[in-house]
Amino acid sequence: MNFDPSTLFAVFFYAFAALLVVAALRVVTVSNPVHAALFLVLAFFSASGIWMLLKAEFLSLILILVYVGAVMVLFLFVVMMLDLNLDTLRQGFWKHFPLAASLGALIALEMAAVLMSGFRTSEAPKVAVDVGQIGPQISNTKALGILLYTEYLMPIQVAAAILLVAMIAAIALTLRQRKDSKAISASEQVHVRASDRLVVLKMDAVKVGEAPKAPEVPADADAPKETKQ
Amino acid sequence: MTLTLGHFLSLGAMLFALSVIGIFLNRKNLIVLLMAIELMLLAVNMNFVAFSHYLGDMHGQVFVFFILTVAAAESAIGLAILVLLFRNMNSINVDELDSLKG
Repeated sequence: MNFDPSTLFAVFFYAFAALLVVAALRVVTVSNPVHAALFLVLAFFSASGIWMLLKAEFLSLILILVYVGAVMVLFLFVVMMLDLNLDTLRQGFWKHFPLAASLGALIALEMAAVLMSGFRTSEAPKVAVDVGQIGPQISNTKALGILLYTEYLMPIQVAAAILLVAMIAAIALTLRQRKDSKAISASEQVHVRASDRLVVLKMDAVKVGEAPKAPEVPADADAPKETKQ
Repeated sequence: MTLTLGHFLSLGAMLFALSVIGIFLNRKNLIVLLMAIELMLLAVNMNFVAFSHYLGDMHGQVFVFFILTVAAAESAIGLAILVLLFRNMNSINVDELDSLKG
């Protein structure tokens, strides 16, 4: 039993592809959203394996770091935070199945027919990772980095701006003040004046036993009054 | 048994078709809809990487990089909207989101 590289390549491809398709199928059919998220993680892992076979090492690792590490954890947090009523969400699930299955099969068959007839002829991959004047003997990460920071410098700035906007938007959307919060406004506290808190009443001295004269109430009637015994 | 570009593109097509099926089946569950969109983007990325490898052109991988960026931003905002929606309506059923209907 000889292991020539192309056979091994094909074996790994078919293994990862089968895993990927099964995981994707489970993502859309499983009833529990937590399980769906975990199957999506499995799908991303197998896709990452396929990209590794295609010699896109940097993107394959980025897929694991960004998707499995950040996006899917976010999904899991949200799914577990929401108290979902699964019965109403599953209502009519199988009602649309014939339509969905026929449409999906149509899309897959059409695309596969076109692609397999059109691209089967394309031969073995071209070796050259040709980036300008630099030779082909550089790593995938280096080649990608050279392209990103020379030719795609402006788009990468725009991508950074998009990420910043997304971060601010996500925070602004979900930030809220608690209704029972006892926090005080610092601005109101600084701008308060003595007359807002205390009113000094001028009144004549009275002897014991005599009925006191009514004090002159200042113009603002709701100001706190001093009680007299 | 040598693999051609067509094999990888067919895998991408199958993934895309599966996520279309998922969007049809889970039309009430907003979370699984978002996951199906992620799967669609993965299918597109698969095509980009396959073309990049077989045509010997790095630009395809740069595009995957940008698609990943935008997809991360999209899912973050989508989930934020989802949380806000659940807080206000106590449900993520798409059928109940008809307050803008005239």
